[in-house]
This record gives sequence, structure tokens and C-alpha cells, in this order.
Amino acid sequence: MTQAAANSMTAASSTDPPVAKQRNLNRGKVGMACLICSEVTFFGTLLATYLFYIGRDISGPYPQDVLDVSVAPMKVIFNSIFLLTSSIWIVLAIKALRKGRIKMFACWWLLTILFGVEFIVGTGMEWYGLIAHEGLTIRTNLFGSGFYTVVGFHAGHVCCGLILLTIVFVLTMCGYMHKRHAHKVDMLSWYWHFVDGIWIAVFTIVYILGTA
Amino acid sequence: MTVLDGPNRELHTRDQGTNFLAYLHQWVSTSDHKKLGVMYVTTGLIFFLIGGLEASMMRWQLAWSGMDVVGPEEFNRLFTMHGTTMVFLVGMPILLGVANYMVPLMIGARDLAFPRLNAFGFWLFLFGGLLLYFSYFGAQGLYGMGSAPDVGWFAYAPLTERTFTRGHSTDYWILGIGISGFGSIATGINLITTILTMRCPGMSLMKMPLFVWLMFIDAILIMIAMPPLTAAQVMLLFDRWLGAHFFDTAGGGSAVLWQNLFWFFGHPEVYILILPAFAYVSEIIPVFSRKVIFGYPLMVCATIAIGFISLGVWVHHMFALGLSPMINAIFMGSTMLIAVPTGIKMFNWIATLYGGRIKFDTPMLFSLGFLTQFLLGGLTGIMLAVVPFDWQVSDSYFVVGHFHYVLFGGLVFSIFAAIYYWLPKVSGRMLNEALGKWNFWLLFIGFNLTFGPMHVSGMLGMPRRIYTYHPDRGWELWNLLSSIGVLFQIAAVLFFVGNVLYSLFKGKKAGDDPWDAWTLEWATTSPPPEYNFKEIPTVHSRRPLWDAKHPDDPDWKYE
Repeated sequence: MTQAAANSMTAASSTDPPVAKQRNLNRGKVGMACLICSEVTFFGTLLATYLFYIGRDISGPYPQDVLDVSVAPMKVIFNSIFLLTSSIWIVLAIKALRKGRIKMFACWWLLTILFGVEFIVGTGMEWYGLIAHEGLTIRTNLFGSGFYTVVGFHAGHVCCGLILLTIVFVLTMCGYMHKRHAHKVDMLSWYWHFVDGIWIAVFTIVYILGTA
Repeated sequence: MTVLDGPNRELHTRDQGTNFLAYLHQWVSTSDHKKLGVMYVTTGLIFFLIGGLEASMMRWQLAWSGMDVVGPEEFNRLFTMHGTTMVFLVGMPILLGVANYMVPLMIGARDLAFPRLNAFGFWLFLFGGLLLYFSYFGAQGLYGMGSAPDVGWFAYAPLTERTFTRGHSTDYWILGIGISGFGSIATGINLITTILTMRCPGMSLMKMPLFVWLMFIDAILIMIAMPPLTAAQVMLLFDRWLGAHFFDTAGGGSAVLWQNLFWFFGHPEVYILILPAFAYVSEIIPVFSRKVIFGYPLMVCATIAIGFISLGVWVHHMFALGLSPMINAIFMGSTMLIAVPTGIKMFNWIATLYGGRIKFDTPMLFSLGFLTQFLLGGLTGIMLAVVPFDWQVSDSYFVVGHFHYVLFGGLVFSIFAAIYYWLPKVSGRMLNEALGKWNFWLLFIGFNLTFGPMHVSGMLGMPRRIYTYHPDRGWELWNLLSSIGVLFQIAAVLFFVGNVLYSLFKGKKAGDDPWDAWTLEWATTSPPPEYNFKEIPTVHSRRPLWDAKHPDDPDWKYE
């Protein structure tokens, strides 16, 4: 079987035999969806561990004392609202880019970054309070180990997203952004939505179930 | 990527091939799926020799009671490194390498979806492996307790905690496996994307070769099962370096959790390793029986079923732990359930053989060896799924015999089949049939001689991981037989290495399609050009080359 025969095979297709319908998906979308899947199982493992250890600490401080959203740090809810709304801004940004309105895109994009940065700063301040005032570190107890690992990995993913968003913003400012890049930038927004979605799971487990 | 695609890329690389450094540069900087595939498989085979050497040392030590070849500490390192190497540095790279090479060719594509990510995955795997082996030199650490990891390939906590394992050996295990795991995830994602987005015209999902289907499900399992291991390893690393308490039993942490997390990865991993074996024989058996694979749609369904069920059986590794009878019963049921789709596959292969004009070339011999030995391994697997029986032989040589029948008798035999089948495509030269038959029969005899008696010594109560035993237990004969078998296996491997080296230089020219096969990889030249296909083919059936060779009676009329 030579290349020529293979070509004749292609040529033969023009005559009769049916070519099955097949739908090839978009490469970037499938790749990003797969990445998100594997990230979800990663966070799933960390969160399962956190759930498993709720209420098993042999010494304080306990999550009820330092995390309860109904009592002390309203700041967490405030932060969460910032992170979750940033998902809206990124959707608006992509919409603007699809229409080719680059300036509009840049504005919404910057707003996304700022809201993300606010979340990271808020997390940092929360951690400072826990470490300096409550004396909770990763070595203190099971709660400390789980809390800093789960929230830390999430914050790490937010930082990663922020770096990518900032690169896109810098490229936009330098005038490299164009309507035709919309579907690629859209993949970045998928990642950002994933980071937000994971935060909902983290918030529910760490701040609500964990303090009940 | 677009700049160097197609014929231009060939010119580009040809210019550089003038001296050794340029040649090396061409390989090191490549993002071509075929070169990466070759590098994956070659590195995997080198690690296979190293892992085999470690196993031989252990068999030498255990050949008779009271031997003094290696001490207890060294023995612990040997079985840890042997297990870790064979799973992560032999099985994974070879399966990823063959998939790397074959999937784009079989679906009529010119490369994987993300070629540079592919190269990245390979280098992560390679340096992860080297990091693990660097532990032999670098793990001495502050306490002088180190050397290679000695905690077993599943590294049970709390043995791996800093309290019990000082030095850096366990850290090398965590980081080496973690890094190569990242590479596997990257390549898994790459394969899924390639299969979903780059099939040639006419290749609907149900017209893909079974190989591609199996590797698709395999890649999905990699994507789902590897990250939990990474997460568990991260927690262990935090325990060891930041003083966290995840698996620190003194601080309230749980040893059971590590077992759950590890086996939640570990059992799908077993299927990640065996699905490629299914993939290879599903291509080889039809070609050498001169028949279509029997029950293609059912094979696809069985594969998907195996993928799903394999995610829900992990507790059968922990029956001896003392979980509640309810949990044990559920996982006993799910473990037995997975025998159903696997049995479907078995019967479909046998039905493919039935009435075929079977040609006993070396690839077929290895495939038949796979069928026999995998069946035996599967049957002892069903025995082990029965909780009371598992309690009796858990952590004994019976278990060692069982999983070697699956992974060696199954996976490694099918890898040899795949190499004998596809190397002519890769190198353009046939492997020698006579040497191949020597290779097969020596390995077949040696394998069964080594791992058959282990079932008996296990039944007689010999535990895993002991470095020696007393003479009054009645284990000597069985262990001696096992160790003698190793000599046959070493001879077989020497025949294999000799055969490959011989064929690379002196082998008969293969031509494009030496086996008169039917899938697209045989439509291009051997070795394939960098761009694989001059013109992207259009397919009408599952056997496009059959259609091309038999225009009077094409397959698409019947599918």
C-alpha cells in the first residue's frame, strides 16, 4: 500500500461511498474543558479531605470560633461577592470583544482584574488575622492544615488567572488585541469561571458546612 | 506551529542533520508526535531494564531461605523502586508513547492537538523519572538515613511521615512521581483533544479503530485519576515540610485517608495500564486472524463500562483494613461487576479468532500469550474480590502472582506484541521472526515459571515484602522455581534487545504495509514522513485500507 494507493482511496471517495457525518469539536474548548475536569478532581480530593476532617481536631482554634460567617468576618462574604461578580465583567468583556469594541473590552477586562485583586488582598488580610490574632497556622491542627491547603490552592489558581488576565490586558494596551482573538480569550474566561465555581464549593464546605 | 507544518518542516529538519550535535538538537527540540513517541517508548524500555534488574536482585535474594545477597534495607528499596518504576516509568510512558505515535496516524491527522504540550509532557516524565533515580545519590539528607525510597510503591502513611522516614528519600518519591504525573495528565488531555477534534473526514466516533477508542477512554481515566494522587502527594509533602497533620496519626490525621486517596488513583491506574494492552491486541488479533473484530459496538460499550466501573472499586485494595461489612460487600460487588465487560472483551477476541485463518507471527504469539495469561490473572482477580478469600491471602505472594499475571502477562506481553507489530512502521525494517519466536517462548516459559509458583507460596502463607524466610516453612521449592524462571526471562529480554538492534541495521525492509493490515497508519510510508499524510485521507468504514484494496467488496456496504 503506497501513498499513491492512499490517494486513490481519497480519489475513490468522489464516486459513491457515503462519508459518515462527524462533528469535530473546537480544539481550544475541548482542551480547556479537559483541564478544568482534571482540576475539578484535584480540588475534589482536597475538599473531600477537608470534609473528612471536619470536627476531628484534637485542639483549637476550631473553625466555629474563627470562621463563622454569621458572627465575625463578614469580609469573606464581601470578598466572595467581588470574586463572583468578576465573572460577570469577564462575560461582558468577551461580548465587547466579539463586537470588536476593544476599548470597551479593555475596561471590562480591567474591572475583572481589579475585582480579582481585591479578592486576593482580602484573602491575604483574612490570613493575616488568622495567623497573627488567632494563632492558626498550617501546623496548628487538622483544621489549619486543611484550611490553608484548600483556600491556598484556590488563591493560587486565582493568582495564576490574574497573571494570565494581566498579560492579555498588557497586550490589549499595546494594541495587539483584535476581534478575531475573541474565541481564544474566551478560553481564559472559561478558566476564570472555573476558579469562581470552585470558590462556591470551597465557601460552602469551609465556611458553612465546616462551621456548622 | 503553522509556520513549520507540512513539507516545510521536513526541509527544516533535514538541513540540520549534519553532525551529532545537530542530530541531538533535532530530537531534543522536537514537537513531532512520532519522535516523541519513539523517545517515550525507548525511555520506557530502558527503565524496564532497570526495573527488571531490581526484580532479579530480589529473586536472587529469595531463591533460597537465608540468602544474603542484599540486606533488609536494600531489599525495601528494591521493591519500592521496582514497583514505582514499573508502574510510572515503564507502563505509563510506553502506553503514552505508542498512543502518541499511533493515534494521529490512525485518525488521519498530522500531529496531536497541542504538539508543544506533548513535548512538555515527555520532558516532565523524563525528568520526573530521573529525579526519582537521583534519590540513590541525593537522598542522604541531613540525617544520613536516605538513599532510594523504601516505603513501598503505595507509600502508606504514616510510615511516610517525617517521624518515621527521616531523610529525603520519600520526598524524591513524591516529587519524582508528582512531576511525571503532571506530564501524564498533559498528554492525556492532549490525546482526548486530538481524538475529539482532529479525525479525518468520514471518521465518525463509531468508525474509529478500537485502538483509538481504548486510548480515548484511557486518556479520560488519566485525566480523572491522576490529579487525586497529585493532591494526596501535595498533602503528604505539606505534612513533611510544613508540619501539616493530614496523615499524622499523632495529630488526629488519618492513615486510612491516605489509603483511600491512593487507591482512588491506584485502581483506575491499573485500568489505565491495561486498556492500552486491550488496544494493542484489538488491532493485532483481527489482522492475524484475517477477520473483522467481532462485536465492535459491544467492545466500545464494554470499554466505556470498564472506564466507569474502574472508578468505583478501589476499596478492594483495603478489605483487610476492617471497614464495615456493608462497604466491603458493596466494593466486592462492584469488583465482580467489572469482570462482566472484561469478559465481553475476552469472548469477542476469542470470537474474532474463531474460524479465522490464524497466522502465528510473533505479534500474534504475544497477543495469544496475553489472552491466556490475562485470563488467568483475571480469574485470580475474581477470587481476590471475594472478601473472605482476600482476608486469607491479602498481602501474600498470591497477590503478587495475581497482579503480575495481569500487568506482566497482560500488559508487558501486549507491549511486546505491539513492538513486533508496529516497529516495522516506525523503523521501516522487520524484526527477525526466528529471534522473535525465541523471545516469545523464553518469556512465556520464564514468566509462568516465575509467577505461577507464587500463587502456591502465597497460599502457603508467604507474605509480600519479606527479605528472607526460615527454612522450615516449605517455601524453598516454590521460591527456587520462581527465581529460575527469572533466568529464562533475562534470556528472553536479551533476545529482544538483540533482535531490535539487529533489525534496525540489518532487518528486512518492511514496505508500507507488511502485515496486509487495514488501519490508516499502514497507508503511509514506513517510517512515515513528518507530515504523515500527503493528503488527508477520507474514510468510509472502520477498515479504510480494506476498502482501498477490495473496491469490489468494501466494508462500508455492511456497516
